[in-house]
Amino acid sequence: MNKEKKRELLLPGDIIEEEDCRPGRGTYKKERNIYASKLGVKTFRSGYVNIAAQRGRYDPNRGDKVIGTVTDLNPSIWMVDINAAFSAILHVNDVPWRVEFGDTISYIDVGDAILVKISNVDELKKVQIRMDEEGLRKLNSGQIIEIAPSQVPRVIGRKGSMITMLKNYTGCRIFVGQNGRIWIDGDLEGQYIAVKAVQMIEEKAQAVGLTDAVKEFLKNETGKDFDQEE
Amino acid sequence: MGMDSDIKLIDENGLRLDGRKFDELREIKIEAGVLQRADGSAYLTWGENKVMAAVYGPRELHPRHAQNPSKAVVQARYNMAAFSVSDRKRPGPDRRSVEISKLISEALEEIVFVEQFPRAAVDVFIEVLEASAGTRCAALTAASVALADAGIPMSDMIASCAAGKIDGHVVLDLGQKEDNFGEADVPLAIVPRTDKVTLLQMDGDLTTEEFDKAMELAVGACKEIYEIQRDALKRRYSTSLEGYEDFEEDE
Repeated sequence: MNKEKKRELLLPGDIIEEEDCRPGRGTYKKERNIYASKLGVKTFRSGYVNIAAQRGRYDPNRGDKVIGTVTDLNPSIWMVDINAAFSAILHVNDVPWRVEFGDTISYIDVGDAILVKISNVDELKKVQIRMDEEGLRKLNSGQIIEIAPSQVPRVIGRKGSMITMLKNYTGCRIFVGQNGRIWIDGDLEGQYIAVKAVQMIEEKAQAVGLTDAVKEFLKNETGKDFDQEE
Repeated sequence: MGMDSDIKLIDENGLRLDGRKFDELREIKIEAGVLQRADGSAYLTWGENKVMAAVYGPRELHPRHAQNPSKAVVQARYNMAAFSVSDRKRPGPDRRSVEISKLISEALEEIVFVEQFPRAAVDVFIEVLEASAGTRCAALTAASVALADAGIPMSDMIASCAAGKIDGHVVLDLGQKEDNFGEADVPLAIVPRTDKVTLLQMDGDLTTEEFDKAMELAVGACKEIYEIQRDALKRRYSTSLEGYEDFEEDE
């Protein structure tokens, strides 16, 4: 990994000057050159050069865990809004219950929030999701807030440092969906502080020493100090 | 266009009404990401023109019969505010704004990778808050910054500018009076990296030589405008990359 101190922002149409790389996400190839197709910074992974988009809607990826809300249902499927360009489809075979034909409504209703995994995205961008794996479920309590999908890595932090800290200080259960939806559940006081902290992360995502600033904020708000206990 | 009058548009020093030279643009300023609720946005001032553009999507297109199963539809809506001109403009779409909306939609469809989003729509809303000639170029310039700001995959941006003819001279970027009392107006839009023309109209008459001259001026200006567009986006988002490497490759 190259570690330049400040990364260069690429704009749509900018040439990516890299050799021996294949064009990955957020790029396109034309006449032997690779160009950026989105506003973002370049990253490398297994021989591909990608653009990590700084802006834009959630782009569904197989294997992502996301938080969706049910918008419609029929006897055998639920339509789920996952904050992407298209609604995702949840089929009765992909839920942890045995659902009789036509009985979908008694399990998940319109407006319910669910934690799901993207099982497939086809060429037509039809998204299939599943809920029959460990940890995937209906979200019955707590609240959901939304941030820009590009800021998700910041809320999670390096090796999950930020999210672990949030959980420890607020005592809340928190899940960050790759689509920018964050589920927070716990006592009201903790929820309130967690929401504030996430807003702070989103606002000051660029700030140097963000983790420390958030820790300071959490210490002040909660009156806890995990540094001294250690 | 081509109204007969005795108004002099060029003075004895070879300068235009607002003191510009023949090949000089009005001042252009662009700000990206100005609206909180839109996926992407841009605010542009171009001389006296004030234009706001907002982009939503890609999102599901309704009504469904308008969907295209093989690509996304770019829907631009150009609208002039009632207070954008000196006489109140009757609000709502009219012949002119429907035409401009169509032109802009078709120009933008050239750069957006529409095939990546079958059945979807990319909505572009352009509000002209104040108008003073050249609003279709201003609108297209702002719209393409807003598209890039919305993170929509595209091959490049579009820059747009008009040239025209006043008092027998070919000049760049007509102002309000020049537009009203001049002889011709040629709005042009290009994809700067490839010089591909995505919009070209002509109102009034030009000889072939004059037309070539007008094209040359407008293409040159588009490249200048392209730099302003890029600068707007870089100013808005470069700072947010400080400390970025701390978060790289996290899951």
